[in-house]
Amino acid sequence: MSNLTNKKIPSGLDPWNALRVHTDARIGLGRVGDGLPTERLLEFQMAHARARDSVHMAFEADSVRAQLDGLDHPILDVHSAAPDRPTYLQRPDLGRLLDDESAATLGQHAGDYDVAFILADGLSARATHDHAANTLSLILDQLGESWSVAPVTLATQSRVGLGDEIGAALGAKLTVMLIGERPGLSSADSLGCYLTWGPKRGRSNADRNCVSNIRPAGLTPEKAAKKIAYLMTESRKMGLSGVALKDNSSNPDLIEG
Amino acid sequence: MQTGAPFSFERFTFPDLKTLLAKASPLRSGDVLAGLAASSDEERVAARFALADVPLKRFLSEALVPYEDDDVTRMIIDDHDADAFAPVSSMTVGEFRNWLLGDDATPEALKHLAPGLTPEMVAAVSKLMRNQDLIAVAKKCHVVTAFRNTIGLPGHLSVRLQPNHPTDDPAGVAASILDGLMHGSGDAVIGINPATDSPEAMIELLKLIDEVRERIDIPTQSCVLAHVTTAIDVMARNAPVDLVFQSIAGTQKANESFGINLSMLAEAEDAAKGLKRGTVGDNVMYFETGQGAALSADAHEGIDQQTVEARAYAVARKYSPLLVNTVVGFIGPEYLFDGKQITRAGLEDHFCGKLLGVPMGCDVCYTNHAEADQDDMDNLLTLLGVAGCNFVIGVPGADDIMLNYQSTSFHDAMYLRSVLGLQPAPEFAAWLRKMEILDQNGRTRPQLDGQAAQNLLAWSGAA
Repeated sequence: MSNLTNKKIPSGLDPWNALRVHTDARIGLGRVGDGLPTERLLEFQMAHARARDSVHMAFEADSVRAQLDGLDHPILDVHSAAPDRPTYLQRPDLGRLLDDESAATLGQHAGDYDVAFILADGLSARATHDHAANTLSLILDQLGESWSVAPVTLATQSRVGLGDEIGAALGAKLTVMLIGERPGLSSADSLGCYLTWGPKRGRSNADRNCVSNIRPAGLTPEKAAKKIAYLMTESRKMGLSGVALKDNSSNPDLIEG
Repeated sequence: MQTGAPFSFERFTFPDLKTLLAKASPLRSGDVLAGLAASSDEERVAARFALADVPLKRFLSEALVPYEDDDVTRMIIDDHDADAFAPVSSMTVGEFRNWLLGDDATPEALKHLAPGLTPEMVAAVSKLMRNQDLIAVAKKCHVVTAFRNTIGLPGHLSVRLQPNHPTDDPAGVAASILDGLMHGSGDAVIGINPATDSPEAMIELLKLIDEVRERIDIPTQSCVLAHVTTAIDVMARNAPVDLVFQSIAGTQKANESFGINLSMLAEAEDAAKGLKRGTVGDNVMYFETGQGAALSADAHEGIDQQTVEARAYAVARKYSPLLVNTVVGFIGPEYLFDGKQITRAGLEDHFCGKLLGVPMGCDVCYTNHAEADQDDMDNLLTLLGVAGCNFVIGVPGADDIMLNYQSTSFHDAMYLRSVLGLQPAPEFAAWLRKMEILDQNGRTRPQLDGQAAQNLLAWSGAA
């Protein structure tokens, strides 16, 4: 980079625009007086609009269900106790509880499972629409035959904690929740994955493992699936999740390929 | 301490001071979430009528969290300066508001009064104030601090340059520092939120900032916002620590959830002062706070979020900080729902901090799930500039790519200085002129092709 000062700068740009190769931060934007040039202003507005649309977009469980066509497990729809988006955003406690109908549905499918997968809208339905089904099938490819898998749930108006209720109701030893993360300005489609051993109401984040920023431009679904499958295997072996379960999946000795 | 008689106004009664304060607080989602908010607009205003009649002295005899249970309460009571309190000691909360707005409340009088005020008194009077009252009184409170430059002088506005990067990549951080300096930002502090809280990462980032600061002789200070225990660790290893950072809150329990106690803060302040790195002053602490932090840790002790936030400023005050930053919209809509609530909270926090004698700045910010946008940020930023806020935040293009939220930008700070005629810290302004970043009229008009700019670019290239 030390030869950057010698680089030919395209005319009309902030001459330091070239520094942008080092960071995704919005540097070298130029200025008009003290303000932003029009194009930069509108770029920001578009990024914000996309992020907000991701937050407020209705979760289309049916379209996710269609993407899961061919999956060998039953698929159930559940809803949290938050009836709508405004309530959901202001009452995170309700987003962690099942509504009565969903609790009854899950009760009918209770069993003794190794794992329950939950695909949830969270704070970005877009992330779930775009990446959850694909990530789930990649995880299943990694797992092999030795896992008994509960019915897959599609959860609307869901916070991470809803997985505890779902896992407990289904009788699963482990929950793996794929949920839309709070969108950043440049990452409206980022999916998170939370693993919780022994799901039950009142679990805290210290009891969970998280794999974050799953999206094509971040941690790719392929890489995420390997990481998640590794954590699932270790979790089952150790009978726990959370701070005591370390992610060594980047160690090539532990992970194939 | 005893709980006194209940409070009432017309058909409304309020059993204790804590409930009265909560019900009198302007509506916000965090108090609703906690089950503390008034159940109607009428009850809210009735609580304000009742609160207006409460003698200020009552706050010294009725603690919101018991003295025996909470070290923040003990600090507030034990450190109270009765002599400083004397001029207002016979007033009610309502009379205190009138006095604050009146001509007797000069900057000098307010400065002498500060040690006599408790955060609960300050929070109480804020609940009786409109936004313009919060601005008018805060503007009279001058809290000036110094390290390598002087921050908080009337007519000045400083900026924290926040060059965060998701992986702490040195070239990425350096590029953002460069961009900020060339826009006139960085006089409050060049402060990085590290992606990893480890001594090694902290030392590497500190050295990065220190090198550019020394190479081109920038009169400012650096900070890597790691945990206070990490800072204590690296100071013992002779790392170049200017300011020690810590997030703080208004109850012992909430501070414990941050992994801190008051003696840790004292230890850190002593250690940083001992390094004697300041040139024009020795304020060595940088604190961050924000409404909702105590509730989110389930440690609010039944206190409304604005009052418990003010108690955090009493914690800050004890350690003579250079900077205290309320990160007002970061926490999300379950605590501050929309632009209106964020704006109100920002003005309250700035007012309460300044009245207590704390050098308040504000991270005017929001998340993408809040009902807010850049227009709301422009409004609050402008109001805080009018109120005499010590500093704001500068993030490239207002987009923090590490913490995933929107703050204010270098451009926003240029706008604010320009429309209100505010100057950077004097020592820093002189440096900006030398670097051909400020022009003769005090405007930020960097000479990007000049020699000074090329020197900066060369440093960045080496990072």
